[in-house]
Amino acid sequence: MTDRTYPDDTVGSFPPPPAVFTDGDGREIRIRESGRDDLDALVAMYEDFDPADRAQGIPPIDPDAIREWLDTIVSPDAVTVVTEHDGRPVGHAILVPDSGEGYELAIFILDEYQGAGIGTRLLEHLLGQGQAAGVDKVWLTVERWNEAAIALYRKIGFETSGSESFELEMSIRI
Amino acid sequence: MKVLLGTGGREDGFDALVRTLERTQEAGDDLTVAVLETSSDADVESVASDVRERIAASGIDAEVRVLDGHPGSQLVEFAESEEFDRIVLGGGQRSPLGKIDLGEVAEFVLLNADVSVTLIR
Repeated sequence: MTDRTYPDDTVGSFPPPPAVFTDGDGREIRIRESGRDDLDALVAMYEDFDPADRAQGIPPIDPDAIREWLDTIVSPDAVTVVTEHDGRPVGHAILVPDSGEGYELAIFILDEYQGAGIGTRLLEHLLGQGQAAGVDKVWLTVERWNEAAIALYRKIGFETSGSESFELEMSIRI
Repeated sequence: MKVLLGTGGREDGFDALVRTLERTQEAGDDLTVAVLETSSDADVESVASDVRERIAASGIDAEVRVLDGHPGSQLVEFAESEEFDRIVLGGGQRSPLGKIDLGEVAEFVLLNADVSVTLIR
């Protein structure tokens, strides 16, 4: 889409990975850049993903469909960051280039790791990695009823850019 | 069953046409295809001629109507006035990340139609 709008002002700088922190439940969480070498581990993470947390058809449910989806989106042009606990991925966030100048963002966190501050850290480091890679404009869509996610995106600096469809569209300039 | 398929110039609308033609043959439905003035860049008349070609190739006898104006409301009004049993639409475009984007026509029709609506995936 070419008519997507972004805020006029950039939001300050975000930290790039790697990082280590203790989450709200006392777990040691690592954040690092990820890529195609992590596909097997990411497929395993998405197989454990709570179907109730799916959004607009992703992630797929069938393991083969998960692999095909990841194989498409985790491209050399994408920016991807993973959070790990005890050496396995528990969260994954990604920026995928659209047909214009922007990048679409999505973030997924396993159910038992939600509500512990991981989403905020993961998003900040994803945007930090994006800044390092020269990404400027980022957008996302989110279900209107998903107040927790919308509040998180606002806290990071996203602004509503489209509200005329089923999903709310938000964007940020970094 | 009297079935009304609505399509603009988008890929999901064309996929829906192909699948609906198969279904029409199996079920013996009475199919009409409405070509809509959507926000896609495609020209309505060229979409209509692509649609006619595809229908002719299938061997099915289906009427093609071009509906001018606001696509969702024109489709719903046409479905009501011509007493269709069902409206069929494409199941949405995929975003770069693979998310489904339903689009304004599907949203309007789902919320305003008083007949059943089928989205084709």
